[in-house]
Amino acid sequence: MATASPLTRALVVRGLRKRYDDVVAVNGLDLEVFPGECFGLLGPNGAGKTTTIEICEGLTAPDEGDVVVLGRTWAESGRDLRERLGIQLQETQLAEKLTVLETLQLFRSFYTHGRPVDDVIALVSLEEKRRARVSALSGGQKQRLALGCALVGDPELVFLDEPTTGLDPQARRQVWELVEQLKAGGRTIVLTTHYMEEAERLCDRVAIVDHGRVMALDTPRRLVAGLGADQIVFFSVAEDAVSRLTPDALEAVGSAAGATHPARATDGGWELAVAATHEAIPALLAELERRSLPLAELRTHLPTLEDVFVSLTGRALRDG
Amino acid sequence: MAEPRRADRIRPAIVELTLVRLREFVREPEAMFWVFGFPLLLALGLGIAFRNRPPESVRIGVLQSAPAEVASSLDSAAGLTAERLADDSAGARALRNADVALVVAPAADGGIEYRFDPSRPDARAARQLADDAVQRGAGRRDPLAVQEATISERGSRYIDFFIPGLLGLNLMGSGVWSIGFAVVTARKQKLLKRLVATPMSRAQYLMSFLLSRLFFLVLEVGALVGFGVLVFDVPLRGSLGTLAVVCLVAALTFSAIGLLVSSRARTVEAVSGLANLVMLPMWIFSGVFFSSANFPQAIQPFIQALPLTATVDALREVMLRGAPLTSVAGELVLLAAWLVVPFVVALKVFRWR
Repeated sequence: MATASPLTRALVVRGLRKRYDDVVAVNGLDLEVFPGECFGLLGPNGAGKTTTIEICEGLTAPDEGDVVVLGRTWAESGRDLRERLGIQLQETQLAEKLTVLETLQLFRSFYTHGRPVDDVIALVSLEEKRRARVSALSGGQKQRLALGCALVGDPELVFLDEPTTGLDPQARRQVWELVEQLKAGGRTIVLTTHYMEEAERLCDRVAIVDHGRVMALDTPRRLVAGLGADQIVFFSVAEDAVSRLTPDALEAVGSAAGATHPARATDGGWELAVAATHEAIPALLAELERRSLPLAELRTHLPTLEDVFVSLTGRALRDG
Repeated sequence: MAEPRRADRIRPAIVELTLVRLREFVREPEAMFWVFGFPLLLALGLGIAFRNRPPESVRIGVLQSAPAEVASSLDSAAGLTAERLADDSAGARALRNADVALVVAPAADGGIEYRFDPSRPDARAARQLADDAVQRGAGRRDPLAVQEATISERGSRYIDFFIPGLLGLNLMGSGVWSIGFAVVTARKQKLLKRLVATPMSRAQYLMSFLLSRLFFLVLEVGALVGFGVLVFDVPLRGSLGTLAVVCLVAALTFSAIGLLVSSRARTVEAVSGLANLVMLPMWIFSGVFFSSANFPQAIQPFIQALPLTATVDALREVMLRGAPLTSVAGELVLLAAWLVVPFVVALKVFRWR
């Protein structure tokens, strides 16, 4: 049951479960989203993000659990909620033969209240494509039009399902700027993504989702700080020495370097999350030297949400 | 007062949805061809093939050895042409190849002999015609004077029968295909799912397909009936109003059937197969190309229950026999049932995702 006041929570999800045939897509998931925040569901493909967001959007019925959107449930006030939500689905292709203007006019006609179509066209920077057919738009322009369709009803809560998947970096940045504008306008946003940069840049709070459950939920900064790591150190050894780097040897190297988590194989080498880089690197080099393992490559980076995901699941986000 | 900018005007959703249907259709040249061009070409082709021609002259073979006046009597008779043949073997060959319907040879007693295959109807007719010509040429006087008057009645020709059938066929085909493809494409593109994520009324979405059909109906019926009347002089004996009512009801009916056919299908292949399955029996049984009375009595109740049979029968009644609306009420009631039931079922079982 939702015990939270509708005034203080834009979205409350409790004990959500959804099973498709023999696959459990969502397995006991809880969330709370505050009004005015941008909330991210971060996880690999197949983690249950889309199923979760579509249950929140009233498009899929859950097997178990409660969803309260803007203080209402779908069963009681579905039609009213549709008026107040803006939705962008992952795979929608809008009608190819309609123009940008016609598409937005169509979506505008469904809402009792909304924004003028020309304002929305300006918001999503498609003024020059106003009379262009959807088929003539680039991937990024199509995605901005899809966002326009989500905004034309002047929604209180916006759901964006992987808004930048498949876009080139420039188009991705344009979508990010648009979402930042929405945030600045005080709208509540719930988005899913498997790009950690996107979650870090856009989201006030992030839920890391895997196998249909929330593994961790906090601000990106606190999630990363929770690793207790100062830097992530990547190293690899010469090819003929790889066989001598046994699990035992790897553990010894890790503890010598003061790693906060077991070493993880990646990219032909290993990653160690370390608390104090200036002590860890000399210790790591000394331990490799002692074991006659010639170093091939060494680099470090600041920890990210990707590293948080790895530490929680032992897999990379993009491994799916 | 200044005209408000176009984008600021908010039209009702049902108007916008119907406009989408119209725009998508007119921006698809192939669809325009199948709805307008194809039926006109079919009507033209079949109209030419089955046009009423003057009867062809019947060719009669005459052996050189036959009396000379036989050939000249045949030549001077209307509708007969004599073909001189050298000998028996040439005569046999001409018969075998059906170059001639009958060969006239001399008989032993000074008379003549007719050689023909009695199992061929044209050969039996040729025997009768040739004999009359030869006997009259030889001096026979008929006791009763006979005069001939030939007629070709408008409304009884094949093209008159065919144009209303083609009109019905076109109402069915364009209703089922245009809606089937549009719905399945929108479903495949997840556009349906996106639309139901808005406050859009689902009934209005389905209604927009029926409404858009009405616009094209005027063009389709106008093109086909106008073509038949102008090019082949097909009669239009009933009132235009009655014709319009029949076409309207039929178009809505086949649109509802189109919605039902496309209510679950996820792929264009699936909807094509289903549409063919639904329409093929009507192509065959509903009397578009030939009268449905040719089928056995046992299956007539089934044939009469088909919506295309009702459509084609009503169109023929109105166009060829000038029937008023009351005379086609039975057909219209049957069509209305085929309109309401599929629409309600489609709305219930429709797959929006």
